[in-house]
Amino acid sequence: MQPIYVVDGARTPFLKAQKGPGPFAASDLATQAGRTLLLRQPFAPSDLDEVILGCAAPSPDETNIGRMVALRLGCGKKVPGWTVMRNCASGMQAIDSAIANIQCGRSQLVLAGGVDALSRAPLLYSDAMVRWFAGMMSLRTVNQKIRHFLKLRPAALLTPVIGLMKGLTDPVIGLLMGQTAENLAWKFGINRRQMDEFAVRSHQRALAARQAGHLAEIVPLVDGQGTVYAEDDGVRADADLAGMAKPKPFFDKKYGNITAANSSQITDGAAWVLLASEEAVQKWGLEPIGKIVDSQWSGLEPAQMGLGPVHAATPILQRHGLQLADIDYWELNEAFAAQVLGCQAAWQDDDYCREQLDLPGALGKIDEARLNVDGGAVAIGHPVGASGARIVLHLLHVLRRNNAQRGIATICIGGGLGGAMLVETC
Amino acid sequence: MKHWQLNNEANGIVVAVLDRAGESTNALSTEVMLELSQILDQLDKTPPAGLIIRSGKAAGFIAGADIGEFSQLDTPGKGLALVARGWDLFNRLAAVSYPTLALVRGHCLGGGLELALACRYLLAVDEAGTKMGLPEVMLGIFPGWGGMLRLPQRVGPAAALDLMLTGKTLDAKRARNMGLADDCVPPRVMEMAARQLLLSQQPRRALPLVQRLLNGPLKAVVANGARKQVAKKARPEHYPAPYAIIDLWQQHDGNALAAPEVVERIIQSPTAKNLLRVFHLQERLKGFGKPSDDKASDFTARHVHVIGAGVMGGDIAAWCALRGLTVTLQDQSLERMAPALKRAHALFVKRLREPLKIRAAFDRLIPDVAGDGVAHADVVIEAIFESVEAKHALFRAIEPKLKPTAVLASNTSSLRLEDLRTALARPERLVGIHFFNPVAMMPLVEVVEAEGADPTMVRAACAFVKQIDKLPLPVKSAPGFLVNAVLAPYMLAAMRAVDDGISPETVDEAMLAFGMPMGPIELVDTVGLDIALAAGQQLAGGAEAPRCLQQRVDRGQLGKKSGQGFYDWSSGQAKKAAPGSVPAGLAEKLVKPLVDRSSQLVADGVVADADLADAGVIFGTGFAPFTGGPLHLRAGRR
Repeated sequence: MQPIYVVDGARTPFLKAQKGPGPFAASDLATQAGRTLLLRQPFAPSDLDEVILGCAAPSPDETNIGRMVALRLGCGKKVPGWTVMRNCASGMQAIDSAIANIQCGRSQLVLAGGVDALSRAPLLYSDAMVRWFAGMMSLRTVNQKIRHFLKLRPAALLTPVIGLMKGLTDPVIGLLMGQTAENLAWKFGINRRQMDEFAVRSHQRALAARQAGHLAEIVPLVDGQGTVYAEDDGVRADADLAGMAKPKPFFDKKYGNITAANSSQITDGAAWVLLASEEAVQKWGLEPIGKIVDSQWSGLEPAQMGLGPVHAATPILQRHGLQLADIDYWELNEAFAAQVLGCQAAWQDDDYCREQLDLPGALGKIDEARLNVDGGAVAIGHPVGASGARIVLHLLHVLRRNNAQRGIATICIGGGLGGAMLVETC
Repeated sequence: MKHWQLNNEANGIVVAVLDRAGESTNALSTEVMLELSQILDQLDKTPPAGLIIRSGKAAGFIAGADIGEFSQLDTPGKGLALVARGWDLFNRLAAVSYPTLALVRGHCLGGGLELALACRYLLAVDEAGTKMGLPEVMLGIFPGWGGMLRLPQRVGPAAALDLMLTGKTLDAKRARNMGLADDCVPPRVMEMAARQLLLSQQPRRALPLVQRLLNGPLKAVVANGARKQVAKKARPEHYPAPYAIIDLWQQHDGNALAAPEVVERIIQSPTAKNLLRVFHLQERLKGFGKPSDDKASDFTARHVHVIGAGVMGGDIAAWCALRGLTVTLQDQSLERMAPALKRAHALFVKRLREPLKIRAAFDRLIPDVAGDGVAHADVVIEAIFESVEAKHALFRAIEPKLKPTAVLASNTSSLRLEDLRTALARPERLVGIHFFNPVAMMPLVEVVEAEGADPTMVRAACAFVKQIDKLPLPVKSAPGFLVNAVLAPYMLAAMRAVDDGISPETVDEAMLAFGMPMGPIELVDTVGLDIALAAGQQLAGGAEAPRCLQQRVDRGQLGKKSGQGFYDWSSGQAKKAAPGSVPAGLAEKLVKPLVDRSSQLVADGVVADADLADAGVIFGTGFAPFTGGPLHLRAGRR
């Protein structure tokens, strides 16, 4: 196995979905962050061996968005570009696919990342409407068409299928992602106040990181109207427990604990890392910020998908003979406050560790001072495809600024998966 | 035949391919047209199933008449003969018994379009280079080979007059949408489409009834409207051709031969001769950017880095991105660049129209706060504020990062390159690339050569200017170069006239009547009174500033940008009162300093010769093109 270097990285600010489609398409986001990242490299975009982009919900006019963005970045026709989809870990999958290709010698220099513009998720016609349209297409005479038109049911027309809700629903068991997180809260007895406290802290940490200038990874965006988007706009300076207590449960209406406020935000964003082999580092005289040492994908019960990080990070620890405390910093993606707390609870649970992870007993707890130190998706948002790449990039920056060495970035994945990467600074 | 090639196809179709010998583009020279009439003779004997006319050049269909032949129209009668040659030939082509089709790929202008209009079908190939138009008016003449007859029949008289009076061109899609082209197809199906359409027997699309009425009994309605439009832009004593076009269409159905006196008057007019001269001057400027014979010294820019996102820097960056270059634009923050990016986006929307092209241009224009683009750039243009110290600091910072072959340029208008380059380890590499405001509108760019500058860099700068479709004018380093140096004494003289009690409106009217595109006082308002004051101090040789200028600057009335200057600009337009009667000789008095200075700059070697001075003043200031330029005007008056 040869070392896999992370040379550099960049991301857009994460823009919270407001009313209607956001200002940027997914490929706009990936292009604006990527072109600035490439500009500061000593090589030309055309020197890349490939571009891999994770995206969970590309729009219909962004087919193979990875290739599309490679071209928009000026990589030229010869640089292959492709798209990967592993739902919430699509950006991490892009990195892992790059690693695989570097390991087997196919590539030396790869731009990998993730993107999603969830605010632009489409509204879809129901099957009933699609059948009506298809019926209309097959008719010839005006008379037939008029009669067919009268069969139109306005209710079907005015009740579109919300693409985003489909994307956030487990396709096998039919649960909304938030409902799988409610399962964890129930399983481990996590209450609303604990979730809300966690959410408030995520906002406070994200705000502190911004104020301390710890987010140099952000490339500000600009649109054609000259409007500048410089910061993650979901972060709230006024986040407090009283405010967190107000929203009603969203997923299990009335009786649940999980609200929009203690969940990750629906957001648009892109994140990239630039990966290089030893040979490429030598050839271009690159100065890597870190290495990716190991990665792991694991499956688990879809109804408890939020525990994915536990299942993915544990085998990495075992392979390297490490305890939770041996990891200097953690980025555990905050799909839901309850889900991060659930991961902590699972690792502290003797039964869970024995039965589900084949461990002799509880593994312990991640020191909260080393977990998501600059906040997470609850505060800044979770543009699904981008998050996996963002946490890998951000973790390296956290390690470097604390003169630390080793970190794990891990993410839960709708459908019952977990992904994790062990990284080290150079 | 020398210029045409005839291909007989198995299905009875004849394809006539024009590939003019010895030239890279097709033009309708006497010989080319003689051969075409021979082709028609031949086909009369054995009529084909159909005739396709196309170009054998990569560059386009037909660029127009052979402009070289225009200068030979020295005696009365020759002009008329030239008109008759095309009018008769294309009438003959239009009347042949077999179907005809012009396959138009690339430029199809002037006589080229008149030929295509004489065919039964016009098939346009949808490519970036395909452009159709009748730009004769820009040379002070008229489309006398049937364009004035047939274009109104195809697209309706109002649209046709608009095209003929402005000289603007249509791309393939617009030509199809307006009815000029019968169809517009991608190159991949053009061969099949041409043959299908040719043999289709489909009648030409008929004009709607209203359009037919306007092209018949109601001609006067359209003609009067067009005359009013033209009057806003061009005075008949300066530019007779557009008025003649309207008359010839209205009274003679576009047949110029029916009004021989008009033909002689237009063709022999000084305006036509001078506009032809301006055309040649323009070609000469373009030549400065053409690659030399020595291929090794060819310069093509791919990446331009612009520092300073003010009005000039931002608009230069936008223009370069529009022309297909990758552009990095550097300023202290993205917020400072945002207005420039907004203007750029608006420019792309206006010029490119198609969403994917607009997006690609916006992708190419990369805001670059860190200045990382310097290391990748083939051309670096500095457009920061006018301070020697600031520019020195900038040059020191960026020079080590420059590619060895990169052109380093300053857009300065008021500082000496000799002073700026002292901060450089390779001072000889610095050139001036001086754009004019508004960048998207102004065709001229001065390429400034300081004493001892590296000639390779100057050549590369000219090539770059040509590459972005501007006209490079090489000038020597001197205060104000050419354009600002001649404008300063002219604007000064205009303001002195205001000091003498002549109203700004009257001064402006005098120069509009002379043929300037904008009055000098309005120009001062547009440039900014503070800028004019500073430029005056630098360029007027220590003369005291005009009182009217100084007073307004003291009051903070800086012109258009402050809402008030000589005129009230609160509505965005200059609010002008009616001009008084213009004192005799005022225009000549005001323009004299401009002409004197032009002459002086030629004598000083700032610009190489009088023709180039004229070219620079016309394309840099809009100086009445029909005069042929200030020095040409003076030489003619003598």
